[in-house]
Amino acid sequence: MTTAVPLSWYLILSAILFGLGVAGFVFRRNIITVFMSIELMLNAVNLSFVAFSYQLRQTDGHIYTFFVMVVAAAEAAVGLAIILTVFKNRATLEIDEVSDLKN
Amino acid sequence: MSQYYTATDHFVLVPAIMLALFGCAILLFDFWVFPEPKQRKWLLAFLALGEAFAGYGLWQQHTYIAGQGIAELTAFQGSLVVDGFSLFFNWMFIAAASIVALMSYRYLEVEGEHHGEYYSLILLAQCGMYFLASGADLITLFVGLELMALCFYIMVGFLRSDKRSNEAAMKYLLLGGFSSGFLAYGFSLLYGLSGSTKLSEIGVAIARRDPADPVLLLAMVTTTVGLLFKISAVPFHMWAPDAYEGAPTTVTAYLSVGSKAASIAFLLRIFLGPLASARAAWEPLLVFAAIASLTVGNLAAISQHNIKRLLAYSSISHAGYMLLGLVAGNETGIKGVAVYVLVYTFTNLGVFLVIVALRREGLVGDNIDDLAGLMHKSPGYALLMLICLLSLAGIPPTAGFIGKYYIFLSLIQAGRYVLAAAAALYVAVAIYYYFRIVRSMFMSDAEDAGAMETTFGVRVAAALTGLGTLGIGIFPEPFLRFAGQSLIR
Repeated sequence: MTTAVPLSWYLILSAILFGLGVAGFVFRRNIITVFMSIELMLNAVNLSFVAFSYQLRQTDGHIYTFFVMVVAAAEAAVGLAIILTVFKNRATLEIDEVSDLKN
Repeated sequence: MSQYYTATDHFVLVPAIMLALFGCAILLFDFWVFPEPKQRKWLLAFLALGEAFAGYGLWQQHTYIAGQGIAELTAFQGSLVVDGFSLFFNWMFIAAASIVALMSYRYLEVEGEHHGEYYSLILLAQCGMYFLASGADLITLFVGLELMALCFYIMVGFLRSDKRSNEAAMKYLLLGGFSSGFLAYGFSLLYGLSGSTKLSEIGVAIARRDPADPVLLLAMVTTTVGLLFKISAVPFHMWAPDAYEGAPTTVTAYLSVGSKAASIAFLLRIFLGPLASARAAWEPLLVFAAIASLTVGNLAAISQHNIKRLLAYSSISHAGYMLLGLVAGNETGIKGVAVYVLVYTFTNLGVFLVIVALRREGLVGDNIDDLAGLMHKSPGYALLMLICLLSLAGIPPTAGFIGKYYIFLSLIQAGRYVLAAAAALYVAVAIYYYFRIVRSMFMSDAEDAGAMETTFGVRVAAALTGLGTLGIGIFPEPFLRFAGQSLIR
């Protein structure tokens, strides 16, 4: 029998993934990459839910994961449509060039 | 009816079912039955019917709760709850969505982007708000929040060929998704700490934990960040001015009252429910956010020329006042937040309604100078604007005074005199920039003599918002009693 991977390792991995997502959101300048960073954050959330759920021998966390996936898919559908209209009207995907609204 | 879907479950779900059903029906009817542009008024009628059915379901819940004398009715094994709190907020959402729909018809015609989906999105967003006000489970709340937010992303970008609307939608989408990520991460940790997604069970588990537990602190901080984003409190407010300015004005109105009220309901449910025992840890965060919101919101509003942007900053400062009620934490404070949100709903809708009514071919109407001489052009709307601005500033006899009064009273009762003084000081700043608009309306000459073209719907909406703003100010007792019943116990 092999020893199981401890819960804390999953949580640390999830925290690292989440941190990478936040860093990508803050530092990357391409709209699609920024959007991908958000998806990465949501996947870190999924990992954390599944790890907890496995540890607790429950299904609630698994179910939450499904809902997060559905939400992420819906958000991608709406988000890519919005990004597409931005691209149609401006022919750019650099976030700094999309800045008509200012103080 | 099985054990997974009992009669009680159905009873609790009826308003949401009606909203979703009519939201989808509008999509289908727009496509098959009423494809002609002239027939869109039937879609508006469908929306009214949806609101009526949802309102009837809500009324039945209301009378049942009152008749049985029970505090709450839970359904779906505790995932949804009907109590005074959820009823209070859901009545408000019905009022907000109806008023927004009334003022939208002509506005969208002028913008040249009148599509049936708009009415469907109003209802579906309201369905999300229903789950935010009634949810008692992390999954329900998260899905409700996202349902509402996704509808708003689309509505903010509804003017597809308008660059500013696109940009507003994009910024709102990216920052909204970012904040949802934080919220979901905080929820995952809360689940891990408590082993349940039910708010009540999480509350019990958290009360047993050491308040200085680092994982608990991380869970609390990420959840707080996500929630503060949603109510556009400083330092997580940067999406609001852009989204408010770029969105179609009717959507800005809906966003500023509907989304704000639903997010406040969500925030109260989390902080007064599962996180209530960790108060010592989150209270400093909220005090900071409240004071920062008051400062940034009020000071940035002074220099704005675009009235929608000005109102965005004013809305940030109002989020600060609402947070102060939660910081005070006593019964007066929570009641104050509920009253404040109700007052803010009618008042802000009134202000946006005047901007919507100004919009016509060749005039956007969102610049402060566009309001110049409104008193001479159409005194009725100028008067409505005056009443609503007085109410936003918190001057009696308008409703805004009642809201602010209860917030200040609760702070004084809780012994937080410094916070009360700071909040009162910022009222003076707010009067200054609200009166810039008033001066433009009453003291300047009109730059163009074009008359305002209004429709029956806009006039009805104007009457409703004006009556709400004055009515709550002059006869506050029934509303205060209603808000008092809404306390979370």
